[in-house]
Amino acid sequence: MKIIRSMVLVSADDESLARGAQDVFHAFLEEIDEFGLSDQITVTTIRDAGMHGEKPTVIVYPDAAVYGPVTVEDVHTIVEEHLHKGNIVPGLLAMMREMAPEIGWMRGRRGALPVQKRIVLERAGVVNPASIEDYILYDGYQALGKALTKMTPAEVIAEVEKSGLQGRGGAGFPTGRKWSFVAATPGSPKYVICNADESEPGTFKDRLIIEGDPFSIIEAMTIAGYAINAHEGFIYIRGEYPLAYKRIEHAIAEAEKHGMLGEHIFGTDFSFHIHPHAGAGAYICGEETALIESLEGKRGMPRARPPYPTTYGLYGKPTVVNNVETLASMPAIIRNGAMWYREVGSPKSTGTKVYTILGNVNFTGVIEAPMGITLREVIDIYGKGMKNDKALKLVQTGGSSGTIVPASLQDTPLDFDAFRNAGVSLGSGALLVCDEDTCVVDLAKVILRFFRNECCGKCTPCRIGTLRLYEIISQISEGRGSLDDFDLMQKISEAMSEVSNCGLGQTAATALRDILKYFRAEVEAHIVDHVCPTGVCPIKELAAVA
Amino acid sequence: MEPEVKDLDIASLVTKVMDELGSTRDAVIPILSEINRALGYIPAAALPEIRRHIQAQQKQEGVFVADSHLYSAASFYQMFSLEPLGRHVIRFCESAPCHVEGGREVFDTLQRELGLQPGETSADRKWSLLTTSCIGVCSVGPVFLVDDDLYGNVTPERVPEILAKYQ
Ligand SMILES: Cc1cc2nc3c(=O)[nH]c(=O)nc-3n(C[C@H](O)[C@H](O)[C@H](O)COP(=O)(O)O)c2cc1C
Ligand code: FES
Repeated sequence: MKIIRSMVLVSADDESLARGAQDVFHAFLEEIDEFGLSDQITVTTIRDAGMHGEKPTVIVYPDAAVYGPVTVEDVHTIVEEHLHKGNIVPGLLAMMREMAPEIGWMRGRRGALPVQKRIVLERAGVVNPASIEDYILYDGYQALGKALTKMTPAEVIAEVEKSGLQGRGGAGFPTGRKWSFVAATPGSPKYVICNADESEPGTFKDRLIIEGDPFSIIEAMTIAGYAINAHEGFIYIRGEYPLAYKRIEHAIAEAEKHGMLGEHIFGTDFSFHIHPHAGAGAYICGEETALIESLEGKRGMPRARPPYPTTYGLYGKPTVVNNVETLASMPAIIRNGAMWYREVGSPKSTGTKVYTILGNVNFTGVIEAPMGITLREVIDIYGKGMKNDKALKLVQTGGSSGTIVPASLQDTPLDFDAFRNAGVSLGSGALLVCDEDTCVVDLAKVILRFFRNECCGKCTPCRIGTLRLYEIISQISEGRGSLDDFDLMQKISEAMSEVSNCGLGQTAATALRDILKYFRAEVEAHIVDHVCPTGVCPIKELAAVA
Repeated sequence: MEPEVKDLDIASLVTKVMDELGSTRDAVIPILSEINRALGYIPAAALPEIRRHIQAQQKQEGVFVADSHLYSAASFYQMFSLEPLGRHVIRFCESAPCHVEGGREVFDTLQRELGLQPGETSADRKWSLLTTSCIGVCSVGPVFLVDDDLYGNVTPERVPEILAKYQ
């Protein structure tokens, strides 16, 4: 297995090729081999990088240095100075203008390595999750102490707003604003709920945070309670996470014993209690109003909104619902200040994001990195490259409700703006990497089966839509589709996203829509030629029978 | 599940569980979970028992709970079963990450080895083969649970040896 340290990207549009990009590409391969760096550095091509007049362009990741125009003669210098010795060669850098939008973000990132940066997972795996002493030793409870003794609730909320923190549960709603809504809503009691129902396929960051650092969630919920004047909090943990439940239960007991939770916290007048609650298996219970119904002992079906939980939440009272990762970011923000937090990530998406890397890569697991890293970096650096040296076909970002990103868009930075800019959703941070052997019809079928199973049945577009889409894609996968299916799938998807009651129905067809957009020819092959180009679908036998 | 547990008087089990967890409506899901854990399923007779306890305690507060409310909760969640299952319950993850990591071949093998379709229980009541959505351990996919034991990075070759561990 290779440990990739750097990547060299050579532009390969027509103009670059006409100016000798192919020779430059080969020269890089030879020189890198010469220096014995082949195991650490990959050389690939990218499409047009913009940079007219500077072609061929060579980009060196992760330093984000852009060279151009590069000739075969320059290659030796770049490899020796930059890749071997680690010094960017200023004389050969391209003029930084006219970069294609896909790589325009690099300007802001020059020289900065996309190293892992841990805020949320700061302590996970380092401290003993059962020990409050360990937690305190590693800066635990400093934030709560500071909030309770030196800040007013309004100042806590202002600090969170200033930090730019956006909810990590999928929707990216500004956390400070949510807190200020609840604080300003009349009515009492108010409640704080931690959403630990995490069931988006491919996502297990919240489990790792709770299992590795349960006290941070307890501390953050207590801070939230102080900020909005609530005295009770609930943690809704999915039923499939028994260890996380035990760790939280233990952490609550320890915190109470040490006066960090319960009555008169830190000797002040503030009191706060936390109750853990185990779910019983339902994806929809991650949706905040379904979660609240479930907490009240009912079938977990989403309510009609508005009113939102901020005004009508648990038992009809104003309620803050926050994701585990959102809360886990909180103590560090209060401790170090909003400005410290804003320095990480990009201006519009501050802080770090915890991603789960899955699928056909050499390393699967969790990473925490600043907002705005690209899929290429994720795959080649953190994922340690594609498994068995296969080619990348697509990545599904944000879990099963997220977008399908073809290999050609892998240089899009991942942040809350990526969806608007390039149709790449961040969602829960799950990144499912699929290689060339993946069949898009088969993938769509598995994803739609999930939504068919998990639809709660409350609203018609979602209930009928998820079933019909699954039936249609199944027929296509068996070679029994028709070209009219494209229109039908399009219509159903649109209706679902426009009129479903909640996010489940609104996003269930996201992946299908992207597959029809980027991989239409492959779907057509199933319908017209009765061929599954990757040989995955059970089409042959059936077509022969028919 | 041991057969003796099933002979236990349902009413006394419900009383015991509710004494521990409380007789309020918001305790319904923990109560159902506990019954499901003790018996392996939630017998229909448990629901009116639960209702009686809630009503006895909350009558003065005017809380109305019908059997149908309880049935609607019991039938909704995937971890609950309303029918007895086999002695060992397999829950195979069928979500996309496990699928991409080789899940399909493993599931085919499971079905073949057990001679069961998804959702079925074998005639000798040894096995139930169920599917589940992602259970949050996708970095070691494909995965399945046998009762409470988790198996990760499963290959078709390993399936028979895993099944052989269970009596
Ligand atoms: C179908 C569906 C499933 C969801 N699942 C989760 C989940 O598992 N965890 C979570 O934190 N948020 C989930 N959400 C988002 C929540 O409704 C809510 O926006 C979030 O908990 C708010 O927390 P945040 O502001 O900290 O992100 C889900 C939403 C939908 C529509
Ligand atoms: S997809 Fe199988 S455990 Fe997550």
